[in-house]
Amino acid sequence: MPEIHRATLANGLQVLLKEIHTAPIISSWVWYRVGSRDEPSGRTGISHWVEHMQFKGTPQYPASVLDKIIAREGGVSNAFTFFDWTTYFETMPADKIDLALRLEADRMVNSTFDPKEVASERTVIISEREGSENEPLFLLGEAVQAAAFRVHPYHHEVLGDLADLQTISRDDLYNHYRSYYAPNNALLALAGDFETEVMIARLRELFEAIPAGSTPPRLERPEPPPRGEHRLSVEGPGETRYLQLAYRAPAGSSPDFFPLTVLDSLLAGPSSLNMFGGGGVSNKTSRLYRALVEEELAVGVGSSAITTIDPYLYTFTITVHPQRTADEVLAAFDEQVRRIQNEAISAEEVARAIKQARALFAYGSENITNQAFWLGHAEMFASYDWFLTYLDKLAAVTPTEVQHAAREILKPQNRVVGTYIPTGTEVGHG
Amino acid sequence: MGKTYQVPSSTFQVLRSSRLAPRFPLHASRLTPHAPRFTPHASRSTLHASSLPGSDDIFRAQLPNGITLLSRVNFNSPSVVISGYLQAGSLFDTDEKLGLADFTASALMRGSQQRDLQQIYDALESAGASLSFSAGAHTTGFSGRALAEDLPLLLNTMGEVLSQPAFPTEQLEKLRARLLTGLAIRAQDTADMAALAFDQIIFANHPYSRPEDGYVETIQAIRREDLVDFHGRYYGPRGMVLAIVGAVEPKAALEELARALGDWTNNHQPEAPSLPALTPLKKTITKRVNIPGKSQCDILIGTSGPARRDPEFLPISLGNSVLGQFGMMGRIGDAVREKSGLAYYAYSSLNAGIGPGSWEISAGVNPKNVAKASSLIRSEIKRFIEKGVTGEELADSQTNYIGRLPLSLESNAGVAGALLNIERFDLGLDYYRRYAGLVQAVTPEEVLQAARKYFQADKLAIAIAGP
Repeated sequence: MPEIHRATLANGLQVLLKEIHTAPIISSWVWYRVGSRDEPSGRTGISHWVEHMQFKGTPQYPASVLDKIIAREGGVSNAFTFFDWTTYFETMPADKIDLALRLEADRMVNSTFDPKEVASERTVIISEREGSENEPLFLLGEAVQAAAFRVHPYHHEVLGDLADLQTISRDDLYNHYRSYYAPNNALLALAGDFETEVMIARLRELFEAIPAGSTPPRLERPEPPPRGEHRLSVEGPGETRYLQLAYRAPAGSSPDFFPLTVLDSLLAGPSSLNMFGGGGVSNKTSRLYRALVEEELAVGVGSSAITTIDPYLYTFTITVHPQRTADEVLAAFDEQVRRIQNEAISAEEVARAIKQARALFAYGSENITNQAFWLGHAEMFASYDWFLTYLDKLAAVTPTEVQHAAREILKPQNRVVGTYIPTGTEVGHG
Repeated sequence: MGKTYQVPSSTFQVLRSSRLAPRFPLHASRLTPHAPRFTPHASRSTLHASSLPGSDDIFRAQLPNGITLLSRVNFNSPSVVISGYLQAGSLFDTDEKLGLADFTASALMRGSQQRDLQQIYDALESAGASLSFSAGAHTTGFSGRALAEDLPLLLNTMGEVLSQPAFPTEQLEKLRARLLTGLAIRAQDTADMAALAFDQIIFANHPYSRPEDGYVETIQAIRREDLVDFHGRYYGPRGMVLAIVGAVEPKAALEELARALGDWTNNHQPEAPSLPALTPLKKTITKRVNIPGKSQCDILIGTSGPARRDPEFLPISLGNSVLGQFGMMGRIGDAVREKSGLAYYAYSSLNAGIGPGSWEISAGVNPKNVAKASSLIRSEIKRFIEKGVTGEELADSQTNYIGRLPLSLESNAGVAGALLNIERFDLGLDYYRRYAGLVQAVTPEEVLQAARKYFQADKLAIAIAGP
């Protein structure tokens, strides 16, 4: 594992550098500690919209120029908004990375938020939302998430609600930008083919002059403990029925996250940590696949446990077999939960989950973009040490701890059960 | 040449959920089973020029039974990728049992003469390894990955299920339910349904008009003996190609491959089916697919395109970049998204494989904006075939193609895809080292001539799916 260089510039900008000399590539990621969890009611979706506006120009790099100059040099770039963070990346031929760094330093403070650009981006984002609403699993997931969080701002989707997307103003967006896009609220992570000393000197030249802002407070609205199971249904077009079960889960930085990861591997198969490259592993020998799909109650089962700052959800998504009902699936699911809570878990089954995690981890290290992603991402909910010690922490998990996690997390009063009920429309050709 | 539809199952990527909102659409390309999403391109970087695959570091060998191996080492990560194809695609399917090739491919791993599904997958999943098969029009493809120490496991599993599948009846019914659910989901997917309708226009009277995953009636008509028969006739080593890339010495990989599949034979393998000529469109044809209850329509506007080996491929690929890829989705993205705010995604794509391909513009828009967006797209097509691209625009895309090559080749899967491209399209082992020169030699005039050969403003295919 190459060494990591860590620095904090005078204005508070945190820097993490990892030299990797396997290919002439550098990947740069700027992370801001702001996301949809910082949005009060009435401003939902504003962080994501600000992220879009960051491509709409500064005096030095006007709108549409930004994408072109990166692409012209053979770079790849994108930006992502999540509950807890917003990030911008460029992966470039190594000798071109300076362009990306200049661009990021510039738009950390100089974006103009031209009202005309705000207006045209409003409809782009509404279109993005409408595209998502075409998907039954988006509609179901949004309803389940909202039911799971009454108080905490994890309540709403990153995309925001239509009501807010129609009313958020240019000044709302600009104020959000100026409040959160300060060097002392950001982290810059680079991995790839550079010399650390040279790179850190260049980063100081480009970023250190940006004035620090006041540290923006994060919106803190802890969710009270659940007082019972929620059940809901969403109706929509289609023929396919889905069942989603979402349990309140530990935060990413919690020691309880590791037993949960092993538990998930046993129940629904191993999950890949990799955002870029690597791919996953099938889950046909997982307990739930065997109990639900092999028994012809479902045609697919998947799960997700996400690394968030505050406790979020451990979610199962099940595609119900065309000849079965959601209630039948739920009964079989609950039987598997009872078994993992009450019957001894073998050391072999846990060891197998560790080997799976080790393989998935190796796949992710093929790719420099993915390595740079982890450098910053781990810092957003824990620290880079979380990533470095990930396999060791998993390897230390015992069967007893897995069972304890199953008992603590998989309680009926801890969950939301959502069903997508298809209204069975016919497809017509005209 | 539709894509393969899958029921959401198995592992969800931790972060690739709907909760993560990217600015640039992550799915902005229609995939054909044969063409990689991005055609990999070469680099002019001299510092690491040796990092590009070429004749001195690509190992190529053929087993006596006809299997071709391409291999390249990468010891930067302790993992290995395998990827390849056999000459058994959906072109062999009858209309009545369309989807048989894909059904057969999907059924391979569900039981062999030696082991059942749980035993096969237990060995793979216990090692964190994966292996899967799916059919395209010309070939059945496969891909897998494992820690390097588990390469024998991958190859032996592949050898076992390819040469001795059992097609257990009980598993076939489970698979049928999954395939039918996939078709039900497809019927509700505006992008998929627009793509099906689009292919029916540009590939009318051509087998490429047929979706590899079939239709509900054809999947219901398939019996176990059909799979046994399809496998017996078409699966065999002749024409099979396999790339192995990762922390494995090629000679060792060849020995493992010979152990796993060296004895496999099939004396009945037929020649590849010939393709009929494509009938060019005589006028613009529009098809609408009504999917009630949806909030967005998908539009596809385009025409047929070159095959990968046609001389026009590279000029058109660069022209397509200018039209709807470069930067924020090229001129199309600029007109439909950036200037008009009509769509989150609006881009063009070129799908080129063995036979005729497609050149198409996609956009997802509110139902009330379909006419407006279509009109903007058609204006851009008209401008493109009247005036072509400027020297500056072309130069931008040329440097983009050349510069991003190392990125597309940094992972084992990226290199494996490049090796398969070399073999499938007979590009030559030094193709990626020559590529910068090939890209730079393209002129705006060549782009314009090539574009006019395919695109005509009054002979377009238009497909719209949605409410």
